Amino acid sequence: MSNLVYMANQIARNLAFQGEAEAVAATAQHIRDFWDPRMKAAILAGGGEGLEPVARAAVERLRAG
Amino acid sequence: MGYEPQADFGTPAVQGDIPVTVTIDGRAVTVPAGTSVMRAAAECGGAIPKLCASDNLAAFGSCRLCLVEVEGMRGTPASCTTPVAEGMVVHTQTPRLEKLRRGVMELYISDHPLDCLTCSANNDCELQDAAAQVGLRDVRYGYGGDNHLGEPTDGSNPYFDFDPSKCIACSRCVRACEEVQGTYALTIEGRGFASKVSAGQAPDDFLSSECVSCGACVQACPTATLNEKSVVALGKPERAVVTTCAYCGVGCTFRAEMKGEQLVRMVPWQDGKANHGHSCVKGRFAWGYAHHQDRVVSPMIREAIDQPWREVSWDEALRHTADRLNAIKARHGARALGGITSSRCTNEEAYLVQKLVRAGFGSNNVDTCARVCHSPTGYGLKTTFGTSAGTQDFDSVMDADVIMVIGANPTDAHPVFGSMMKRRLKQGARLIVIDPRRIDLVRSPHVRAEHHLALQPGTNVAVLTAMAHVIVTEGLADEAFIAERCDADEYADWARFVSDARHSPEVLEAVTRVPAAELRAAARLYATGGNGAIYYGLGVTEHSQGSSTVMAIANLAMATGNIGRRGVGVNPLRGQNNVQGSCDMGSFPHELTGYRHISDAATRALFEADWGVRLDAEPGLRIPNMFDAAVEGSFRALYVQGEDIVQSDPNTHHVVAGLSAMELVIVHDLFLNETANYAHVFLPGSTFLEKNGTFTNAERRIQLVRKVMEPANGPNGQGLEDWEVTQALANAMGLGWDYAHPAEIMAEIARLTPTFAGVSHERLDREGSLQWPVDAAHPDGSPIMHMDGFVRGKGKFVITDYVPTDEKTGPRFPLLLTTGRILSQYNVGAQTRRTANVVWHEEDVLEIHPTDAENRGIATGDLVRLASRVGETTLRAAVTDRVAPGVVYTTFHHPATQANVVTTEFSDWATNCPEYKVTAVQVGLSNGPSAWQQDYAAQGARSRRIEAEPAE
Repeated sequence: MSNLVYMANQIARNLAFQGEAEAVAATAQHIRDFWDPRMKAAILAGGGEGLEPVARAAVERLRAG
Repeated sequence: MGYEPQADFGTPAVQGDIPVTVTIDGRAVTVPAGTSVMRAAAECGGAIPKLCASDNLAAFGSCRLCLVEVEGMRGTPASCTTPVAEGMVVHTQTPRLEKLRRGVMELYISDHPLDCLTCSANNDCELQDAAAQVGLRDVRYGYGGDNHLGEPTDGSNPYFDFDPSKCIACSRCVRACEEVQGTYALTIEGRGFASKVSAGQAPDDFLSSECVSCGACVQACPTATLNEKSVVALGKPERAVVTTCAYCGVGCTFRAEMKGEQLVRMVPWQDGKANHGHSCVKGRFAWGYAHHQDRVVSPMIREAIDQPWREVSWDEALRHTADRLNAIKARHGARALGGITSSRCTNEEAYLVQKLVRAGFGSNNVDTCARVCHSPTGYGLKTTFGTSAGTQDFDSVMDADVIMVIGANPTDAHPVFGSMMKRRLKQGARLIVIDPRRIDLVRSPHVRAEHHLALQPGTNVAVLTAMAHVIVTEGLADEAFIAERCDADEYADWARFVSDARHSPEVLEAVTRVPAAELRAAARLYATGGNGAIYYGLGVTEHSQGSSTVMAIANLAMATGNIGRRGVGVNPLRGQNNVQGSCDMGSFPHELTGYRHISDAATRALFEADWGVRLDAEPGLRIPNMFDAAVEGSFRALYVQGEDIVQSDPNTHHVVAGLSAMELVIVHDLFLNETANYAHVFLPGSTFLEKNGTFTNAERRIQLVRKVMEPANGPNGQGLEDWEVTQALANAMGLGWDYAHPAEIMAEIARLTPTFAGVSHERLDREGSLQWPVDAAHPDGSPIMHMDGFVRGKGKFVITDYVPTDEKTGPRFPLLLTTGRILSQYNVGAQTRRTANVVWHEEDVLEIHPTDAENRGIATGDLVRLASRVGETTLRAAVTDRVAPGVVYTTFHHPATQANVVTTEFSDWATNCPEYKVTAVQVGLSNGPSAWQQDYAAQGARSRRIEAEPAE
C-alpha cells in the first residue's frame, strides 16, 4: 500500500465518527486543503487500490472537482 | 547602555491598591501597603546599605546593615522586614545608625580577604559598595583570629566558581535556589561561626550536588564567592545589551554583558516579562558554541556529496546556488524547489525564507521544523478556538488553582517557566500529571502531583475522552459557559459521544492502563478545583492522533469553562525559541502569515500586490512529503535554514534517501551538521548574538533580538546576518530585494498581517515586548486570548474518536520507546554539545524499567542494542522505575546515537507530525556500535572534508 493511500485511509478513519456522508466530505476537504498537487494527482491516478470505503469515496469526490 | 548593575529595590514589589505615604529623610513617597521601608526608600531615590536583601527574594533580615530609625518606634529596626505605615517618618542616615552599621561591617570585613584589587568582583561587589557606604576605615580586631580565609575554591561547575573564603553567609544563594529556582540544592551547614554554604551532602561539590546550574545563586551572591568563570578570566564588562535567548520557547531576555565584541556573561534581565530575571543553564551559560572551533565561517560548494567541500566567496557561492536553482526550475518546474524555515531563526528570517520560496522559487513548498513538533497545535487550536496559539501569558499560572501537565516536562525543557510553575504549586495549587514517565514534577522537593496518570504511550485521546466522560456524566460541565460561548449543537453531539459507556474510564482502563478511580479523581479535580490550566508539550502532539489530542484538550477546557480569563487556558509549551513565530510567519505550505490559507484568493491578492508576483494557489509539500517526492523524482532542490533534518526527523534512512536523491541541497547553518553531509552548498550562518530581529515565545510575546557583535561568518570579515544571506540569494535569483534592516521586514509583515498590525521594532524597543494579536481591537496586545469570545466566534467542540496507532508491539518488538529532552541539552544538541553542558549529559542513555532490564540481563551502564522495524542503534542503559514496565525512554541530543534511526514514519493523521513518542522496539545487550552507526560515522567524516589550499 502506498504512503498516500495509507494517509488517506488514516484521515478517513479519524473523521469517520461524523457518519459516512460527512466523513467523505471532510476527508475530501482535508486532502484539498493540505495536499500538494502531485500528491492529489497521484492518489487520483492510483485506481483506488487499498483505499477504504470513506477514503475511496473522498477521492472520487475530489475527482469530480 | 553602559555597564551598570541592574536596579535592586531590596525587597519584592507589592501588588496592592491601598496607598501608604511615608516620609524618608524628608522625602515623601507613596507606595502600596505591605511595601518595606527599604523598598520605599529605594523608590524615592535612596540607598539604604544592605547585604542579605534582594528584590527577587523574600526579606530575610539577617545582615543587620539596613537598620533605620523610625520616629515613635523603639530601637533600630531592619528596613527590609519593616513594612511602611501611614505617616511613618523614617531616618536612614543618622550618627547612631552610622556607628551601628560601621560596627556590623567591621565584623564582616574582619573575616573577609582584603584582596579587592585582584578580586574578580572588584568594582562589581555589593560588599565593597556597602563598606564604602558605611565609611569603614579600620578593622580594630585585626585578622589574626579564627577565620574562614583559607577555604579551598570549588571549581567543579564548568561555569562558575564557589570560593567559600569570600562568603559572608548572607543566605542569598540558598534562598535563590529555594525561592527563585525551586531546586533546594543549597543549604547553610553548621551553626554560628561554623555556618557555611553547602551544596548537598558533605561529600558533594557543586557538580555532584542536585544543583541545576541555573545561575540564580551566582546572580544573588553579593560578593565574589559565586562568580562566573568567564568574569574571573575576562574581567568586568563595559557595556550591556538586552536581547532574547535563542534556546527554548520560554523566551527569556538577558543582558549580554560585553567587553568590546567579547561576550563576558549573559545575565537574566530583571524586567524581562517572560523570565522576570531568572534563567537556566542553557541561556545563562551555554553560549560558547558561538565561537566553537567547529563553526564554519566560509561559504562552500561541491558538485557531489562524496567530494570534499571547496571554500568560495559569498559571490561565487550565491551565483552558483542561484544558477543551479534557476536551472532546476527551468527543467523541472517551480514545484521541484522548496525550503525549510527555522524555529531558531528570527521572525524576519523565517518570513524571508518563505517569501523566497513562494515569490522566488514560485512554489508553496515551504515548511518549518514545527512540522515535527507543534503542527498539530496549529490544526487543533485553529479548528476549536479559531487561532493557532496558546491562550495565556506565563504569569497567568500564578492564578491557577489546578495545573494539568500533559506530555510536557517543564523543569527540563522549559526550566524557567517550570520554576514559576513550582512557585505556584508551593503556594498550594494542585497538580495533575499525565505522562508515561515519572517526570520531576511528579515528585520533587515541596512539589507533589496529586494525580499522576502514567498512561500507555499512544493512548492520550482515550485518557482525555475518559476524563470528558466523567465531567459530562457526573454533571461537572460548566453549562452556562458552554451556552454562552460555544456552539450548542456541536456540544450536544460531543457530550452524547463522550457519555457513551464505551468511553468510561473503567472500559478504557484496559487500553490506557490508567486506574479508573485515579482518572475519575483527576477529572473531578480539573473540573471543580477552581481555575484549571492545561500545559502540554510534544507528548501530546507527536502521535498519530496528535491533532485529535490537542482538540480533546480544547474540548475539556471549554466544557469546564477554563478559557478566557487569568489562571486557566490551554498552553502549548513550544520546544524552540521561535516555534510560535516561525508558524506565525507563514512557514507552513498551506498558509500565508497569520494562518491564512493559500487558497483564499483575497489573502493571496494582498501578497501578490505587495510582492509583485503571482502565487501558486495550491498548498505545497510538507517536510515528510518532500522526502517522498524526492525519492520519487519530482522534488529536486531544498534550501534548509537552521535545521538539522537528518538528526531531528524520523526514520533517518528515509530522510537520507530523500536528500541523496536531490540535485541541490543548500544548508544554511553554523556548523556542518548531519544534514550538511548530504548538501551541495553550505552557507555559513550567524548566531543570535550577531543579528537583529525578533523572536516570538510560547505566550505569543514578540521580543527584540539585538546584535551585540559582528557576524563571524563570511570570508575576509564580510559577515552577514542570516536574513542578509537569504536576501543575497534572492537577489542572485533576480528578485531585487532591498531591505536595509530587519525593522523594514517587520514593517512588511505588519502591513500584510492583521494580527501584527500594531507591531514595529521601534515600538518593541520602547515597550519591551508585545503579545499578538496587536490590532485595532487590541492596541496594546493580548496577554490572554478569547476573553470576550473565541477568535472563530463560537467555540467548536470536536469529537475525537480514539483510533489506535498502527505501531504495535509484538513478540519481536515488545517494548514501547518514547523520546524526550534533558535540561542541559537542547534539541539535536548542535549548540549545547559544543559547550561545557556535556559534563551533565555526554551521551543519550536508554531508561528501562528494572523488570524489563532483569529479563534481559541488563544493568545500568551496559551497552544495549535498541531496534525497531526500521532501524537499530546502540547506547548505554540506565535502569530506573521512572518508566513503567514495557516502556523505554531516551533523548535525541547526540548524533552518535541517532535515536531517529529507530523511530518510524507513522505520523499525525491531520498534519504528518511524526509519531516520535511511540515506537515498538526490542532491547538487548550489545557488543558495540550498530552497522548503521559505523557506516554513518565513516560517511560523516568523509563528507566533512574541506579541500586544502594548494601550497604555492
